[in-house]
Amino acid sequence: MLLKKLSEAFGPSGCEGEVRNILMEELAPHVKQWRRDALGNLIAVKGSAGGLRVMLAAHMDECGLMISSIDRSGLLRFRKVGGIDDRVLVSKHVIVGSKKISGVIGAKAVHLQKPDERNQVIPLSGLYIDVGAKSKEDAEKLIKIGDYAVFATEFKALSDTVVVGKSFDDRAGCAVLVEVLKDEYALDIYGAFTVQEEIGLRGAGVAAYAIEPDLAIVLEGTTCSDIPPSKEYGYCTTLGQGPAITIMDASVICDRRMIAELVRIAKDHDIPLQFKRSVTGGSDAGKINQTKAGVPVVVISVPCRYIHSPVSMLNLADFHNTIKLVKLFLKSIAEGGFVL
Amino acid sequence: MESKEFLKLMVEQTGVSGFENPVAEVIKKTFATVADDVCTDVLGNVIARKQGEGDERISVMLAAHMDEIGMMITKIEEGGFLKFIAIGGIDQRTLVAQEVKVHGKRDVFGIIGMKPPHLLSPEEVGAAIKMQDMVIDLGLPIEQVKELVTVGDLVTVHRPFIALAGDFVAGKAMDDRAAVAVLLECLQELQKIRHKADVYAVATVQEEVGLRGALVSTYHIAPQIGIAIDVCHGEMPGVPEQDTAPMGKGPNIALGANIHPKLYERLVEVAKEHNIPYTIDPVPGPSGTDAWAMQVTRSGVPTALVSLPLRYMHTSVETLSMADVKSTGRLLAYFIASIDKSFVEGLLCY
Repeated sequence: MLLKKLSEAFGPSGCEGEVRNILMEELAPHVKQWRRDALGNLIAVKGSAGGLRVMLAAHMDECGLMISSIDRSGLLRFRKVGGIDDRVLVSKHVIVGSKKISGVIGAKAVHLQKPDERNQVIPLSGLYIDVGAKSKEDAEKLIKIGDYAVFATEFKALSDTVVVGKSFDDRAGCAVLVEVLKDEYALDIYGAFTVQEEIGLRGAGVAAYAIEPDLAIVLEGTTCSDIPPSKEYGYCTTLGQGPAITIMDASVICDRRMIAELVRIAKDHDIPLQFKRSVTGGSDAGKINQTKAGVPVVVISVPCRYIHSPVSMLNLADFHNTIKLVKLFLKSIAEGGFVL
Repeated sequence: MESKEFLKLMVEQTGVSGFENPVAEVIKKTFATVADDVCTDVLGNVIARKQGEGDERISVMLAAHMDEIGMMITKIEEGGFLKFIAIGGIDQRTLVAQEVKVHGKRDVFGIIGMKPPHLLSPEEVGAAIKMQDMVIDLGLPIEQVKELVTVGDLVTVHRPFIALAGDFVAGKAMDDRAAVAVLLECLQELQKIRHKADVYAVATVQEEVGLRGALVSTYHIAPQIGIAIDVCHGEMPGVPEQDTAPMGKGPNIALGANIHPKLYERLVEVAKEHNIPYTIDPVPGPSGTDAWAMQVTRSGVPTALVSLPLRYMHTSVETLSMADVKSTGRLLAYFIASIDKSFVEGLLCY
């Protein structure tokens, strides 16, 4: 399963090569023309209809860690790549560097803590990765300063519809985009698999600059907090209730015409649809929207619980409905059913 | 079987205090390959016996606990989310964003999730999440959850065995299954050397909730010497050096009121004689191990305690050195080979 492969791939921001290779291999039978740019964005080019230029974007990178120093004892100190909550790091298995060395993030035993310590978050400065090295020299045989690390989470199906794995933000979007690109459309399609979204939407801006799209669709695995103790007004999205359309977030206000068309298509084809009910966070859409003289954008997301943590969860019905909705939207654009 | 392979089998099995049966089965099967007989007692302790030679036999009991800390379901909430409580000393901070297995009608995967950072209010950022506010998410509709899970079902963290660099390994329940692996090492070593002692290697139950398995199994066996094998804190940042033992430098041999001085002396002598590295663990009061219960069983048992240095105790990434497992197993075997009836009689002469 492609989503499993993408989820388990090693690809923090700035180190997306492994994800890129999986995508190229998967799309080879369906895409003739490729572009790779100076930052590492991968752009699949399809069609030469001379009509609208449509950019579809999904980011390849994930939040992760970077080794910043090695203690004399051989333990690794690290910094965060992207927005990881310090609280999710303790007691986890991670994979470090290109040699894929196993490491663990431990914590002081509960026996050695003062009573109030258990109610305090362990700061990043108190955490480290233990790869089993016995000294700094021992560690240096396996690890270099600057090596990246990601969580060692295996993809799993919890039921016929629910799957868990790391980095569904945004490997879910990547997998949706791959499926969309397997079809043919009477449009000029630019499938952009972008880099460095998690550290500031860096890849999408330069990709859009080169593509000069007439409009863009950003595909995401997005925030979903429909779990206790969140109250319903704070859910943001709900798992299993269909693709989520962003109206606005901290980075962008999406194109109302595109939203209206998506709502119409969903209604006509009985596809469940929801709006993202928060205005925080950002996505590649923010950068694409403000490229050159401006690009109308919309964000379509698969709701994912527990993003930016070692293990996220999504509903496959949402995933397949997102693919269906995007394909129908592209067909509608190609057929002139939707004009900017 | 290699002790590393045995340890992997054990830590990937379940055996929360009071419900040790799944891991006990693995241990029974493996001990049967090296012992004369293996039995289970009323509380579930697994007792492997390896008989000594000659007419002047003595008895030595080795105890390592096989139970692990875990959680228990207390309520199925609306939406199918599960509330839970701890069994044994769990640091709530180690549960956040953890994959777990709920041991219901079948093992059901779940996640202890949390709000994504994008949605946190300023007050929520940087505040530790309390266990009572956490839920387990099985990703299933409530009807299905109710079919699979009932209140009282056990939960463990899902953590496959991790082989780290060199001889270090990590995982859950290394406390104290690494010591059960020491028992295997010791029994295997004893197959190669002569010994006058009948050896009872016991994988005990319910240590984490109050040393209960050791209590009844010691009564049952009535050994002349009892040795507990447990874990101690391995050296790590943020913990004073004097409270830890170095990793990979051999067993940490305890001394103090819980330890018979002559057993301590003999263990150190044997270690020196066989060039086995060791460190010393001064224990001024209760040792908090099975040795504490063994010592006061029946009319009293001379006890000793050797510990494996282990980092991150009671997390799901407990880390230790396999070299320490092996050297501790050898130390115990050579110790057993070194003792006889007169040594045991000497233990009563203060």
